[in-house]
Formats: sequence, C-alpha cells, structure tokens
Amino acid sequence: MIVWLILLSVFASGVQSVPSIPGSAAVDFRFQISDFKSLPSSLAIAESLTNRSISWPEWGQWKRVLLLQDYNTRVVMTGTGLLGLAAGLVGSFTLLRRRALMGDALSHATLPGVGLAFLLAPFLGLDGKSLPVLLTGAALSGILGVLAILYIRNLTRLKEDAALGIVLSVFFGAGIAILTIVQQVPSGHAAGLESFIYGKTASMIASDARLIAIAGSLAVVMIALMYKELTLLCFDEGFAASRGYPVLFLDLLLMALVVIVTIIGLQAVGLVLMIALLVIPAAAARFWTHDLKRMMLISSGIGGVGGLAGSAMSAVFPNLPSGAMIVIVCSSLFFFSMLFGRSRGVLVRIARRWELNRKVDRQHLLRGMYELLEARDAAPGPAEIGVPLSELLAMRTWSSFRLLRQIERCRRQGLLGRKADGGLSLTVAGLAEASRLAHEHRLWELYLITQADVAPGRVDQAADAIEHVLEPELIAQLEQLLAQQLTSRGVVASPHPLESSAGLRTAGLQGVSGNISQPPFLKGRMP
Amino acid sequence: MNATLPLNASLPLTVNDLTVAWHRKPVIWDVDLEVQPGQLVGVVGPNGAGKSTLLKAIMDLVPKASGRVGIFGQSYRQSRHRVGYVPQRESVDWDFPISVLDVVTMGLYGKIGWCMPVRRKHRDIARLALEQVGISELANRQISQLSGGQQQRTFLARALVQDADLYLMDEPFAAVDAATEKAIVEILRGMRKAGKTALVIHHDLPTVPEYFDSVVLLNMRVVASGPTKDVFTRENLERTYGGRLTLLDEATEAMRRRERTL
Repeated sequence: MIVWLILLSVFASGVQSVPSIPGSAAVDFRFQISDFKSLPSSLAIAESLTNRSISWPEWGQWKRVLLLQDYNTRVVMTGTGLLGLAAGLVGSFTLLRRRALMGDALSHATLPGVGLAFLLAPFLGLDGKSLPVLLTGAALSGILGVLAILYIRNLTRLKEDAALGIVLSVFFGAGIAILTIVQQVPSGHAAGLESFIYGKTASMIASDARLIAIAGSLAVVMIALMYKELTLLCFDEGFAASRGYPVLFLDLLLMALVVIVTIIGLQAVGLVLMIALLVIPAAAARFWTHDLKRMMLISSGIGGVGGLAGSAMSAVFPNLPSGAMIVIVCSSLFFFSMLFGRSRGVLVRIARRWELNRKVDRQHLLRGMYELLEARDAAPGPAEIGVPLSELLAMRTWSSFRLLRQIERCRRQGLLGRKADGGLSLTVAGLAEASRLAHEHRLWELYLITQADVAPGRVDQAADAIEHVLEPELIAQLEQLLAQQLTSRGVVASPHPLESSAGLRTAGLQGVSGNISQPPFLKGRMP
Repeated sequence: MNATLPLNASLPLTVNDLTVAWHRKPVIWDVDLEVQPGQLVGVVGPNGAGKSTLLKAIMDLVPKASGRVGIFGQSYRQSRHRVGYVPQRESVDWDFPISVLDVVTMGLYGKIGWCMPVRRKHRDIARLALEQVGISELANRQISQLSGGQQQRTFLARALVQDADLYLMDEPFAAVDAATEKAIVEILRGMRKAGKTALVIHHDLPTVPEYFDSVVLLNMRVVASGPTKDVFTRENLERTYGGRLTLLDEATEAMRRRERTL
C-alpha cells in the first residue's frame, strides 16, 4: 500500500513536471515514441502486427530508455509498472481462490466489446477511437463473459473448465470476426485495434497512464479494505458462508478486481497475455514465502518489475509487442523464483532432500552398529573388537560407496573409530548417539504398532528428536511400553526380530561385554 | 404443516420436516429433531447418510427442499452469532499461506466487522482459545506444518473464539491421535458445563455412549433420536447400518461395558 502511494506520487510529479503538453496531445504522443524508428510513424502502428523486422538497437537508444530521457518512456513505464503492481496483488487472491483461468476467459471475452464499441460509438456521438470508450466496451463484454461462465456452471452440469473453454473461445472468435468487419467499414480506419490483442505500449499516452494509475489505485484500496474477507473466502468458503458472509458477492468483487486490472492492462499487455500478469507473479511469489501478506508484497513487486522492464525492452525493440516483452521478463523472474525460492524453490527442496538422505544414512549406520553389537550378546559399547565392514554392508541394501562416505563423515565427527584389525567401533560419543537413535527408532516402531490408526501421518523419523513431533505424555506411555520389553541383558529389545542377527554370531565375541556401561538412555529408567 | 406455529425459544435447535435434495435426488427426508439445551448430541450413521448435509442445511449452506429450522426460536439468519461451526478438516486447503493465529481470528471476523483490521485484542482472544485447545505454542506456525490433530484443534479454537451457545461440528474426531481426541472430549465437557450445546457428527460407534448424552441415528431419515441409553440400542443400530455387524458388535460390547459400570 505504502509502496503504491509512493509510486503514485512519483508518477504524478513526473507527469506534471513536464511543462507544456503540446496541443491536444493524443495524436502527437502516439507518434512521438516512434521517433525511435526510421519508419514513418503512421505506418508503424498500422504495420505493428505485420512488420517483424528486428534490428539490434544502438547504444544511444539503450541510453535514452534506461535513463528515462523520453517523456513518453516515462509515461509508459510508470503505467505498466503500476499495472504490474495491481495485477500482482489481485492475482494472489485469484490464484489462491483457484480462479486463475477465469482471468484468462475474462480478458479474451473483452475483444468483441472493443470492436463493437468502435463500431457503435459514432452512433452515440462518441469518438470510436478514444480509449475510455473502447475500454468501456471491453469491460462490458468481459463482464458478460464472466456471467456466461457462472450461468453455464450453475445451471448445467458442466464443470467450470468446460464453461471457461466455451466462453473463452466463443467470445474471442466473435471478437476476431467483428474486428475483420471493422476493417472493412470504409470510414473505419481501425488501425490500432489489433494492438489490444498483443499489447502495444507505444500508443500509450499520459492520460492512459493516468487511467491505469487511478483504476489500479482503486483495486489496491479495495484489496486493502477487503483483505480479511477475501482471505476468508479463499481459505474456507463454507465457514465464511456459515458466518453470514455473502460468498457470491465476494466472488463477484474478486472478479470485479480482475476486470479492472484486465481492462487497464489491455493496452499494454494485450488480452492474449493478460493472464500472465495475473498468474505468474503470484505463482512466483509462492516459492518465496508461506505468509500471505509477504506473498502479496513479493507478487506485486514481481509484477511491477515485470511491467517496468518489459515496457523498457519494448521501447528499445519497438517492433516487438510489449505484452510479449512483459511476459518474458515476468517468466524469467518466475523461473528464478522456482529455482531459488527460499521456502519451496526447487534447489531448496533438493538441498533438503540431500540433507534428509544424509541424516537417514547416518541414522542407519549408527543404529546398524548398535544393533550389530547388541546382537553379539553384549551391551554395546566401545568394543575392543571392531565390526567388519562386510557385516554392516550385509545389514541393508546400501551401496558400499554410500556406506563408506557416511562412515568417513561419522569418523570426522568423532562418532566412529577404527580398530587395529580394520573393523569399526563406536566411540563414547558415538555410543551415546547410536543408543539414542536406536531408542528413538524403537519408540517410533512401538508408536506405529500401538497407534496404527493415526500413526502413519505423524511418524517422522527424520525429526531431530521424537519430542519435537509427539506429545510428552504420549512419549511417556511409549517409554513405559518399551521398558516392559527390557531383556534380561539390560538391553532394550527391538520390537521385531533383527533379521541379520542370526548370521552374525561369529566366534570370539563373548569377551566384549565386560565392564561396558549402560547405554545412557537407560540410566534411571531401570525398574 | 405447522409452519405457522411459533418456534420453541428455549430449545437450541429444532428441525421440522427438513428435506434436502441434490439434483432431484433427496439426500435427507423429513428430518424432525429437537435438541435439548446443555447436551452433547452425537449424530451417527453410515457414509452417505446425509450427516454433513443435515448440518449444512441447518446453517442454510445448502438449499432446503422443504422444512424449517429454529435456533433458539429464531431463524438461522437471525441467530447466526449464537452458532459456532467446525467444518470437516478436509474441506480446506492446509497448504494455504496463513498462520494458525490467522485461522483462529477468522472466528472473530463477524465481530470485527467489514473492512476493519484484526487488532491486538482479537489476537489475544485467539491466543486464549489456542491455549484452551492446548496448542498455544503453535500460534505463529504456518498451517501447512500442522499434524492432523493440530489442524483439528485449530478449527476447534476458531469455533471457541465465537463464544457461541450452539456448536455444530463435522467429524471433529476423524483421524486424530488419542491425545487430541482426549483434549476435544475435555473441551466438549467444559462446554456442557457452561450450559452450551453441541451437535457432533461422529463415526466411531464404541465411544458414542461415553461421549454423548443424546444421539441421533441418521440414514437419510432419522431412524431414532433421544437419550443415548434409550436410543443407542442394537436394534436401532441395525436399522441404521443394515447388516454391518462387526461395527455393531463393537458398539454393543461398549454398551454392555457401560451398563456394567453404571
């Protein structure tokens, strides 16, 4: 909100600081920006969709855009930046309400409205080429499209996706047909109407940017006021209805916000790609945070940057549709977020999985050592005789590479030692950790057995300690159960027979027990 | 029809001739129900018996084909503020980016009013409710990190902050751990002590006699309703569930145990 106001004031001062806007500026400004090109300016707009020749801009052009030297560049960039901000905010809610595609259907449904407004305006004594007239037509037909979707969904048994597909294609098809007719009307001179399809910031003038600023601010204020209600709607519709909130009205409000953003975005982004500004920033923001407010802030930031950078690029490459440029910038930010996003980005998740695998390997190794020693009829301890690698290897289906790597890691941590005979042994610290892990593992197994109906969802062996997951009273119960299973050896039995133990009773193991201390977790718990 | 008769204002909930239909197919027929104040009432019945639909129809969340619902002698719309609702846990997306405290304050939105922000005093009320359900330490946790039992406690806390007189709960005991089940039962008993009423959809027959004062046996129509000790009988359960005897045996065993302890 604050960011928005700052931007708004910057924008306002930017526009006012230009001393004199020459003449009734519309036409002048429309053509001013095409100074970048060598083409005659009137042709530039008419041929915008057919002329695709791209030449690498000279340094001078880069400099003019980057330093905001042109008034028109300033206007366009402010407009698209504000648009991106508003779209990012609104998009967060539509994404969470799973209505993202509704925005797509809505923007496509605006096309017939644009054509009809152009055709009918002269009969109402209006200028068919003025932006407010065209956008009013667009808004009306967009709203009609949304109502058609709701109507089809509620009164037939068709699902929402079918309704969206039907409305989107029918309206867009009708729009294309109407535009073709418009171009055949002799007085029409409908040049520029197609720019609503792919977006063309070059035709944006100060009053357009002002319109974007006003409508965008309206959307932001509405979201700020209704934040609480919209959150409730998106999270728990049933509860909202039970509290007496008018769910349909709130949904329509959300759609109204989408209409506002779409309409002001038509000129800059174009109706085909408008959906990108509504979905991509919000989806990208989701990779960074689990907090809705922060998500909305990030989303509007990404949208704003996308709008600014996209329109800057389109000023440098005047023949490329600005909508495509904005989408390219937004999607780069999206892929960056997808990879590096702090809370659910791909890399973070890969790193988490690696860490988990390492943790599991470590647990397996230490517990394996503990169980092998336990199987030798001895309380496990820093034994004189080492455990040969082959025995550990036979315990599980782990590769020797992975096992050796983990052994090396544990030795570095001072948990494992090597005996003279080449076998492995637990150090004092290693024994403490190994016995703790074995103990926890058995508690988890008991938990699975005793709480079979709810346990699978909660068992989390990767947690650092069982106390982090289960309630203390539950652990106390499990401890009691475990204590009942203490064997005469003073070692806690595993709830299941140790598979590999049979083959391990090799000669020369009797001497291990000796004066080995009790595993630390049993101290004070002996009956 | 007795639609012109005044509703009994002393009863937390009266349902007359309630029929609800989806796409021309009735889901519940001619349900008649009277819930006495200060009672814990269990609603049991097989899957698809219309238990959730009954709750939703009471709250005007699904259109009624016919019938009338009275909450303390008034329509639901008039007495909405006296009703607390705990929806099924699975009905929402627990991956939603908000915290436990945010969810609990949702119960206060009606009091806070449209367009007004959540203030500190509201958060304090929410924290108190979280304490009541025993997860105050999770207040700032994101809801995606909760276990099933913690999710259920969060929903319960959201209903508690409403300080309602009648609570409608949809399967609060579904797939929760023993500790949570115990905690919920404690809270329900606390509510009863405070003179509140709760209508609870329940799926675990053996615990019905232990948890509920009255029971409603529902299978599209009300098979029987009334005090648990009179209504929760083998014959009634057979009429509700058909021939699924393993369930029934468990339940009758529980009944016998209860009779012995009485």
